[in-house]
Amino acid sequence: MNRLAAAGLVAVLAVAVAFPFLFPSPVATNYGVYALIFVAVASAWNVFSGFSGYISLGHAVFFGSGAYALGIAARDWHIGGVGVFALLPLAAAVGALIAVPFGLVALRVRRHTFIVITIAVFFIFQLMAYNFSFTGGSSGLDAPFLSWQAATYNNPFYYIALACAVGMTAVAWLVRRSRFGLQLRAIRDDEDRARGLGVHAMRVKLTAFVLSGAVTALVGGVWFLYLTQVQPPSGFDPLFDLSVVLMAFLGGLGTVTGPVLGALIIEPGQLYLTVKFTNGYLSEILLGALFLVAVLFVPRGIIPTGGEWIRRLATRGKPAVQADAAGPSAPQAPDPAPAQEAST
Amino acid sequence: MAREIYQAITDGILVGGVYALMAVGLTLIFGVLDIINIAQGVMVILGAYLSYELAARLHIDLFVGLLVTVPAMFVIGVVIQWAFIRPLRGRERVSMTLLVSYAVALIIEGILYESFGANTRVLSAWYVTSSVHVFGFYLPYIYLFGFALAVVLVVALYLLLYRTRFGRSVRATMQDETAARLVGIDTNRVAALTFGIGVAVTAAGGMVYGATSGGFNPNSGYDLISRLLAIIILGGLGSIGGALAASVFMLTLEALVDIWQPQWAIVVFYAALVLVLLIRPAGFFGAARGRTA
Repeated sequence: MNRLAAAGLVAVLAVAVAFPFLFPSPVATNYGVYALIFVAVASAWNVFSGFSGYISLGHAVFFGSGAYALGIAARDWHIGGVGVFALLPLAAAVGALIAVPFGLVALRVRRHTFIVITIAVFFIFQLMAYNFSFTGGSSGLDAPFLSWQAATYNNPFYYIALACAVGMTAVAWLVRRSRFGLQLRAIRDDEDRARGLGVHAMRVKLTAFVLSGAVTALVGGVWFLYLTQVQPPSGFDPLFDLSVVLMAFLGGLGTVTGPVLGALIIEPGQLYLTVKFTNGYLSEILLGALFLVAVLFVPRGIIPTGGEWIRRLATRGKPAVQADAAGPSAPQAPDPAPAQEAST
Repeated sequence: MAREIYQAITDGILVGGVYALMAVGLTLIFGVLDIINIAQGVMVILGAYLSYELAARLHIDLFVGLLVTVPAMFVIGVVIQWAFIRPLRGRERVSMTLLVSYAVALIIEGILYESFGANTRVLSAWYVTSSVHVFGFYLPYIYLFGFALAVVLVVALYLLLYRTRFGRSVRATMQDETAARLVGIDTNRVAALTFGIGVAVTAAGGMVYGATSGGFNPNSGYDLISRLLAIIILGGLGSIGGALAASVFMLTLEALVDIWQPQWAIVVFYAALVLVLLIRPAGFFGAARGRTA
């Protein structure tokens, strides 16, 4: 099974790397770039919100700040051409710098209040982008011009986005397996008890928040360079948060592959609908409806629910507990409680 | 200067009354169902559009139209609660209900765009355009009428909650749902009716908002819900008195900052929320709840 998973992983990576050669048209690679950007962002969101249970509806703060940091640095330091890519670490640093005070304020409160604080901070940032002069006000910022061939323009972005997506997913996998990941999930299940058992809750939550924010800001920078412009409502977009949360939820909150799958399903679907119904309102209705269907019918996400179905199929006809295990050793049998998620 | 400050305070109190009406619905829903209805903002806008349609097509007065729109919004609320909120159970219920209400908001917003387009509309009537001269200030009548309506409805809600049998079962459910069920309260019915009432007040709020805000379109719901959320958190989630106080406080603060720095007024709004929560995480009137706050 493990070898099968490794082979599957290699196959998926091979397809991902070969994608621009298999579908060289800019239309197809455009879908690829956006899908991978959202894979990275959904995965980064999930490392904080999915693992810790603190649902953030303010990750657009990092996404937009990364985009703006890059735009402002490129403009003020007169950096043009390919050199702007060297500024991507700066975007990540800005994201981390914002995450520290943001987290110190917001992570003091839980549940609904936390969610609302993240929304409030999000609106503060959107309004700051509108009102400050160095952000270019409502007309926003333009990225430096890249004089690349139109036919292959998307390809470098595709590979950068792929690197972000793969890197972030690998980080999520590592975090999930680590002591740090266990501490995060302990906080999700019962924060007070986790603290009682010696987890430094604030430090753990803040670390995850900063990590998540830094990666989101980095990807925001990539997005800005790809789109070549950012305005306050596009950089700080409430629908961005909702889409990211929907991706993670649909795939499976707190799993590693769930947000990846969710992003690969939803982002191309959303792009397609936006292109097909140019007014965009119908796609909004469909996004909402999809959301309702997902929450009502696969409430725990595709990966956990699907994993359960596969397990049920694989064990069909076999007794749930082996007869000889029903003796004194029975309590040691693994408990397939819902709290235990598919760890793929 | 002093004159402008008085004017700002008056505006803040009058507009705050209207926000209080919308915020009370939101905080009531939170108290009983333990969910935050993100769709409340766009429902206010839906209420405004309903009033607009009644006024434009059937020439029904805005206030008389409430006799139609309030029951209509009540029914919409009960249906949404029954179809989408009630089935949710389990560990992720808090975040799921939030997302469900967000999805409902998106769908309503999309439908409003499809039906009415993105153009800004204003509700108009004689009392919107003409003003009354009191103590040297010019106040459009709608501000006074709207404030009066808000006061009447908030008092009615108060009487419903504190003077009726139904209100007692609502308060019991807010305090302890399990215990309420044990003494024979049908908490499902209470939840459905509370959601309906919380949504129904948005019809009245929407009408006044549509007439006083200087124009609305389907997108206005976001601005509104973020303000309402700030208000109910500041007042303490589930506290009706807190929602009233916080509405007036926040809107007055915004009106005051607006005198000097109009473009920063709304930032002050959210910054005040963050500052208050730093000092008092449960809000003005919120009960400190160790495990959940």
